[in-house]
Amino acid sequence: MTPDDLYYSKEHEWLRLEGDGSATIGITDHAQQELGDIVYVELPDPGSALEADDVMGSVESVKAVSEIFSPVAGTVTAVNDALEDAPEVVNSDPYGDGWLIRLRLEDPGSVAGTMLSAGDYDTHVASEAD
Amino acid sequence: MSLRRTPLHALHKELGGRLVPFAGWEMPVQFGGVVSEHLAVRRQAGLFDVSHMGELRVTGPDALPLLQRLTPNDVSRLVPGRAQYSALTTDSGGFVDDIVVYRRGEESFLVVTNAANTARDLAWIRERGGTAAECVEDLSDETALLALQGPRSQAILQTLTDLDLATIRYYRFAEGEVAGVPGTVARMGYTGEDGFEIMVPADRAEGLARRLLDAGSPEGLVSTGLGARDTLRLEAKMALHGNDIDEDHSVEEADLGWIVKPDKGDFIGRDVLVVQREHGVTRKLVGFELRDRGVPRHGYPIVVNGEPFGEVTSGGHAPFLKKSLGLAYLPADACEPGQAFEVVIRGRPVPAEVVPTPFYVRPGKKKKKKKKRAAAAAV
Repeated sequence: MTPDDLYYSKEHEWLRLEGDGSATIGITDHAQQELGDIVYVELPDPGSALEADDVMGSVESVKAVSEIFSPVAGTVTAVNDALEDAPEVVNSDPYGDGWLIRLRLEDPGSVAGTMLSAGDYDTHVASEAD
Repeated sequence: MSLRRTPLHALHKELGGRLVPFAGWEMPVQFGGVVSEHLAVRRQAGLFDVSHMGELRVTGPDALPLLQRLTPNDVSRLVPGRAQYSALTTDSGGFVDDIVVYRRGEESFLVVTNAANTARDLAWIRERGGTAAECVEDLSDETALLALQGPRSQAILQTLTDLDLATIRYYRFAEGEVAGVPGTVARMGYTGEDGFEIMVPADRAEGLARRLLDAGSPEGLVSTGLGARDTLRLEAKMALHGNDIDEDHSVEEADLGWIVKPDKGDFIGRDVLVVQREHGVTRKLVGFELRDRGVPRHGYPIVVNGEPFGEVTSGGHAPFLKKSLGLAYLPADACEPGQAFEVVIRGRPVPAEVVPTPFYVRPGKKKKKKKKRAAAAAV
């Protein structure tokens, strides 16, 4: 099930608004399934400023490397350091302990207008499979 | 062009295999996950469908001279029941393909080819073999090939056959029935583990695979896909044609000079390979390990002090060794273990160094000592 309290990008990232003007970002369950066993996660340095659609890092599975795009603009306030030793958590808990970064959003109000709802994201995934 | 399917296609779907295009075939890249499959093969056993590979039958009085002409290894030294790793070489000593040659009888051979190359291999054999190539017959469509790999392989297979598997040593084979299916059982593989490759008629393959999986599941046997096959062969430093070996790199450069037997007489590429053996090569395929985090992959540049030095031919994260490993051609004077360089991963130079290979040697098997290195150490 795609959690319906999150926002989604067409590039298979999710975003949770934290209510304090920041957001947590990760990759979706569909993305981790497509990638397969994740062996390495490369994340930006805290303090980095990201524009929407900037490459913010990469996730590597045994099969392939996939770049991760920041769905929104903001400044990185934290990254999930636990993934350095346990990248497989992105596979086992993509919406929880497998989160990637936390951003202080430039414009929290724009998220709802630019990103997909859970239902729209599921439709998007289904259309990609065709 | 539509993708070709092996006789196990329906079974792969039934077992939840993720099917992807590979070399013109629709093949399972994984079932339970590449890492778990990889570890199952190192610890218990895995069953791979490699029916996409080609099988060529070579028979008659022209068979031996034809194979001697096309390959660098000495086919005359094979007695019936033995097989050898070899190549179809170009005039410059490169690889049209790497192959396994089985000798079934005095005038009866079988050549196993890479899936992507089978058609080209046949064209090459016909072009270079002339009328002698009329003794070559393509059996690929009617033949299935299963690879049972891992330390439990013999115990699993022995429950289904009267062949005495303990007597089939490495790179030997026997013909007989497995689960009532007539076939050829060879002890070999592409994983660095003990195991068998079982060749059977295509229309009997699915039944055999089901019997193997049933017999093996109590022993930990799992279905394994091409993803694990690639990570396993990399840990064992087995070359992949199209990545590590090709027409532009010679057998000597690929560090596979042990399959070159110049004393057997002439063969395609002999002149170049003999010169390279006597005078050395300018570049050589070596194994390396990353010294920092990251995953090296095919095609990534290698630099020393910012200067181009080569490129990664194969690379990845090794699930059993838990290291980032790769293969690359480096200048011959920079191939010793400890040689430092950098792999450029998306613009970021990551330190790496040459390490001894194979990266992984299964328990109980001794690493082959390299004569040259032993001699150098003695000085």
